[in-house]
Amino acid sequence: MLIDALTLQLGYNASLVAIGAGLLGIAAGATGTFLFLGKRALVSDAVSHATLPGVGLAFILMVALGGDGRNLPGLLAGSALSAGLGLLCVSWLTRRTRLSADAAIGAVLSVFFGAGVVLLTVIQTMSGGRQAGLDSFLLGSTAGMLRSDALIIALGGALVLAAVLVLRRPMALVAFDAEFAAAQGMNVKRIDLAMMGLAMAITVVGLKMVGLILIVALLIIPPVAARFWSERVDHVVLLAGAFGGLSGYVGAAISATAPALPTGPIIVIVAFGLFALSLLAAPGRGVLAALLRHRRFQTRVHLRQGLLALAQGQPIYEPLTLRLMRRAGYVRADGVATEAGRAKATRAALDERRWQMLRGDPRHEAAAARYDGLTPLERVLTADQITELDRGLGPEAAR
Amino acid sequence: MQLELARLDGQAPGAATAPQDSPLAIRGLTVSYGEKPAVFSVDATFRPGSMTAIIGPNGAGKSTLLKSALGIVTPLSGQVTSWGRPLNSQRHRIAYVPQRASVDWDFPTRVLDVVLMGLYRDLGLLGRVRTRHLEKAMSCLSRVGMEGFADRQIGQLSGGQQQRVFLARALAQGADLYLLDEPLAGVDAATEKAIIAVLKELRASGCTVIAVHHDLATVTDYFDHVFLINTTAIAAGPVAEAFTAANLHRAYGGRLAQTPVGTVA
Repeated sequence: MLIDALTLQLGYNASLVAIGAGLLGIAAGATGTFLFLGKRALVSDAVSHATLPGVGLAFILMVALGGDGRNLPGLLAGSALSAGLGLLCVSWLTRRTRLSADAAIGAVLSVFFGAGVVLLTVIQTMSGGRQAGLDSFLLGSTAGMLRSDALIIALGGALVLAAVLVLRRPMALVAFDAEFAAAQGMNVKRIDLAMMGLAMAITVVGLKMVGLILIVALLIIPPVAARFWSERVDHVVLLAGAFGGLSGYVGAAISATAPALPTGPIIVIVAFGLFALSLLAAPGRGVLAALLRHRRFQTRVHLRQGLLALAQGQPIYEPLTLRLMRRAGYVRADGVATEAGRAKATRAALDERRWQMLRGDPRHEAAAARYDGLTPLERVLTADQITELDRGLGPEAAR
Repeated sequence: MQLELARLDGQAPGAATAPQDSPLAIRGLTVSYGEKPAVFSVDATFRPGSMTAIIGPNGAGKSTLLKSALGIVTPLSGQVTSWGRPLNSQRHRIAYVPQRASVDWDFPTRVLDVVLMGLYRDLGLLGRVRTRHLEKAMSCLSRVGMEGFADRQIGQLSGGQQQRVFLARALAQGADLYLLDEPLAGVDAATEKAIIAVLKELRASGCTVIAVHHDLATVTDYFDHVFLINTTAIAAGPVAEAFTAANLHRAYGGRLAQTPVGTVA
């Protein structure tokens, strides 16, 4: 069943939904990268919660006008209006009052969401309101989604993606260095607003499928996961798009296999899987790689200190040092130095003496800056320079 | 040392700079972050081809003066012109080097990418980065001695190296006026030497350099003009005339017992 869903064998509608979710995910990941890098991730949470009263009001208005309250374009238009209002509130509160961004976000988020819940309750008591399905805007659902709905989502995602492509340079520059951007004559406030507007568009477009509570996850988790893999903005954007698209596509496919599975949470769980994988396994910034690097460094430090202790005839008590020295074959099981260990220790001691000599010599200032207690001097100076340095050490160096 | 020698318009005696010739002319600039002005009614006319240090105590409005002149901070009032025209129409001729601490150095970008930001005006929104852009960026990196670091993540750089990369980005803009906010703050001696050498090269090629500077001991060696500020403009002019013990005392008050140009009585 799941294989069928993933290979688009569940029928035209389910396939359209999966493709729509994939496109939405790509656009969300790419847009979210700029929010994340600009440290604006939580603003999108306020914006998404601010959609709810708009959905409720649009429903009431459409029913009052004698139409179908569940008309998706109508509901999305309403949600966009109230999300836009929420965004302006956050931006106004942070700029014009002494409220910090987190307080402004918290206030707008809870007030708008509370108002939305009240409206939903009112709608549920309305006579003749074909209210079934409005709460699917909270957690998202693809069950009973119309073909036209899926098309709207796919088209919206594609449009946002195109806008991100056009605005990627100014948005990256403002996220990295807003002062420089302003000095170049860019309108930082407008670019910021455009970025938030794109996030709002993702929220509105993804409302039906992912739901307003979890859409922020689709904006933020993919870029956070992508960040583990790359040190370049453009690559992070591409990867975040790929992660988001994969989450959307696979999540929608899974939820299509059973009518009771809410789509939003499934998509987010898939995205979280990608995040967990990145957190652990990514080279460079991943946790495992960092742990390995740390262990390797620790081993070098302990071996070096052990060898220096040997050279000075000091006993080694530190258990880790002893274990590493034994494993390297520098000391025997009873702690007595081996032939190889003594030779290594003499070289380490000489290296250390040369370094100390070098660090006291102003002519070697640049080389001395590379001292870390571990790097052999041969990697910093040429053989000739070391011979020259050894003259200062006197007969000791020949030992 | 006579106070009268220090003139408030940054001109050398006998060679007055008219505002329409000045790469940066400021009139009545006032900036306030709250009720208290950070910069109050400052006039300044910077001389073309000069290298000016903006000096003053902490919180005197040095950085704010630069930022508000460029419109990064919106001033309460005041007028800024470049070469006699509104500054906005001359931005392509102006390069700005912000304080190092103002950006997130863990940002996912490489040294070369930062320098390429100086070419965004050339690149436009969708233009591809071409070989000539890369060559330009690399040549700017080598001018600050950082060509070997092009592929490094910026977070791996030392403070001095970060500052040099910022300078390279400004060089890539190919501007005629360079504004630098504390370019020597917290950098190593080698970087300081390299930065000053590049700035002097710029001046020699006819560019104008204005830098917020904090180290009074090096003003005479590095700069030819000074602008002293403590919320209001205190003094301005060639170093020999304006960088006097009396002016420093007026700018710094009692906080400065010993100045590089003599003890304040």
